[in-house]
Amino acid sequence: MSSVPGELETAQYEGTRVERSNREVAEIANREYKWGWSTDIESETIPKGLNEDIVRLISLKKAEPDWMTEWRLKAYRHWVQSSEPDWANVRYDEPDFQDISYYSAPKQRPAVKSLDEVDPKLLETFEKLGIPLEEQKRMAGVAVDAVFDSVSVATTHREILAKKGIIFCPISEAIREHPELVQKYLGSVVPRSDNFYASLNSAVFSDGSFVYVPKGVKCPMDLSTYFRINAADTGQFERTLIIADEGAEVNYLEGCTAPRRDENQLHAAVVELVAHANATIRYSTVQNWYAGDHEGKGGIFNFVTKRGKCLGDNSRISWTQVETGSAITWKYPSCLLMGDNSVGEFYSVALTRNHQQADTGTKMIHLGRNTRSTIIAKTISAGQSNSSYRGLVRIMPKALNARNYTQCDSLLIGDRCGAHTFPYIDVRNKTASTEHEASTSKISEDQLFYCQSRGIGPENAISMVVNGFCKEVFDHLPMEFAVEATKLLSISLEGSVG
Amino acid sequence: MLEVKQLAASVNGNAILKGIDLQVNEGEVHAIMGPNGSGKSTLAQVLAGHEAYEVDPSSRVNFLGADLLELPAEERARAGLFLAFQYPVEIPGVTNAHFLRAAMNEIRVSRGMEELDAMDFEDLLREKMELINIDPGFAKRFVNFGFSGGEKKRNEILQLAVMEPRLAILDETDSGLDIDALRIVSDGVNKLRTPTRAFILVTHYQRLLSYIVPDFVHVLYKGRIVKSGGKDLALELEERGYDWLKEDAAELVEA
Repeated sequence: MSSVPGELETAQYEGTRVERSNREVAEIANREYKWGWSTDIESETIPKGLNEDIVRLISLKKAEPDWMTEWRLKAYRHWVQSSEPDWANVRYDEPDFQDISYYSAPKQRPAVKSLDEVDPKLLETFEKLGIPLEEQKRMAGVAVDAVFDSVSVATTHREILAKKGIIFCPISEAIREHPELVQKYLGSVVPRSDNFYASLNSAVFSDGSFVYVPKGVKCPMDLSTYFRINAADTGQFERTLIIADEGAEVNYLEGCTAPRRDENQLHAAVVELVAHANATIRYSTVQNWYAGDHEGKGGIFNFVTKRGKCLGDNSRISWTQVETGSAITWKYPSCLLMGDNSVGEFYSVALTRNHQQADTGTKMIHLGRNTRSTIIAKTISAGQSNSSYRGLVRIMPKALNARNYTQCDSLLIGDRCGAHTFPYIDVRNKTASTEHEASTSKISEDQLFYCQSRGIGPENAISMVVNGFCKEVFDHLPMEFAVEATKLLSISLEGSVG
Repeated sequence: MLEVKQLAASVNGNAILKGIDLQVNEGEVHAIMGPNGSGKSTLAQVLAGHEAYEVDPSSRVNFLGADLLELPAEERARAGLFLAFQYPVEIPGVTNAHFLRAAMNEIRVSRGMEELDAMDFEDLLREKMELINIDPGFAKRFVNFGFSGGEKKRNEILQLAVMEPRLAILDETDSGLDIDALRIVSDGVNKLRTPTRAFILVTHYQRLLSYIVPDFVHVLYKGRIVKSGGKDLALELEERGYDWLKEDAAELVEA
């Protein structure tokens, strides 16, 4: 820390402190990604490349019924004919889709009946990530599905949930055990032909979580999936499907990390949510994939399609996301508000630093009467990163009295980063009301000086201002996730906590 | 406690302070007065460590035995210096209670003391709020966010009360206050006067000094202290304005 007066000789009023915080942010950027280690475990990885035989092989590995193999092949054929989207405000070299392995699983995986049969190395891995799976150590209030590379390795608390009729299992198991539900809902929200990455995912997805909450049941605990990419040169393509039947309620949490590697790795997930009449689904994500080093080398390409369908009247879907990882994020958790009086919500914090790029936002499509949507998006950019909010609010002709409120706030740290907002508003019904508020601010010299004059060092001051900026979103996270998110931001920005 | 010698400072090459000498002892209240643009607020900000100002290397400021100018702003605060801002800054999303506890704990840690936990801090905050008649609702509001001008100034005094500095500099704390708000703020400050705590009141008007009676009054003009005296000097300024001093100062500058 230096503020020797002599050093300020040539400094401009705007310059000094910002440069100092730039330096600090740069120092922080060089800090290790805490989750960057990898597990040495023998894996079975199929050859690189993608063609119909690979799709069949994945389906075979998962012992899937024919209808599923066919479903995948149709998706593959669509994917071959489609091209990568190029409208996002991100720049990268197109991945070589033939240079990726589409399936990797820890070897000797038995049909796990109990956790005693799970490879201890896997249990260790998740324990090290702060997700203990063993019975005696588990988090009491949260059921966890742990996905390692292409497969689910363990799902906790299943018996308790089963007593209420709730199904919480790996999607590969659901395809075998609950084909009627999977056939009914898979692809019903995100069709196979939806977009390039959704088609790719539909062809090769290997695992993910399946949740079904029956009529009138309020899920007694939060459900959670933890995704871990471990193997090199593989992609992770998980698929999550959550169905809340009439009057059901469920909170779902998702976390993710990956080892530090110099090559970019592809993560292309699809998440589908279905809320029937009077049902509520709250979906929270803390995304912390490896983001690449300070020069922008390595990191995860996170190309994700997440969408929820408020199918029944008075249904509600709420997305909350804290995005701090990935080299590139391309992600728009959306809501189709079909039922009358249905409600869609999107609360987002996206933090980029170093050379990270994020293009994220939401789509709120109002179809039913009296539908309401709320969008609160907070974007924080530091270093040389670029962050964009992209959001669509569409109000269809039959959506009488639809309401939307959108608020996009951007916070810049330093003077080499960028924040961009791309709002699209498409109103086709005169009774609609939409509001859009946007702001861009820098962490001001004045805020830093004010904190410092109260004895708070500049690193903690930045962290405090940023956490304050995110408060409206953090308030929507479940308690332990909010604590996690606050910590994650502090680690990202100051490194002294956690 | 505070010894300022030949303090000179400029911003963007414009000299604003041109050699200030000032001695403040424990328990004293000094008022710095002067017309607009004389450098009063700059003096307050330079002492608190604002980096926008370029301080002349020959300047010396000793505060409780430390070379103040060598310290970054946060270390000056930890050493016991407090600045009540003329324009308090808003920090949305951060509650007053959280902010003050973070500040207090950083100071405590820097002094090798244990951090105060949330419960103990709450007790302390409530006690301070009662002492200076502040609405308990302040604790949960975001720092200065959506505060009226008067509320912001009262919030500064609350911070002063919690941080318990050895030297408090009040930068135009009276500006923009109506008579009732001025009285509340002044009462707060008077309650916080102790034999070991010193105050520097930076003000344009004599008005504040009827409520907080100073031991010394200094007139700052064009970056220099052109006259010092007792509390009567403030009354004289009220009566005669600054012009007669400007003439004296012109001679002083030329000499």
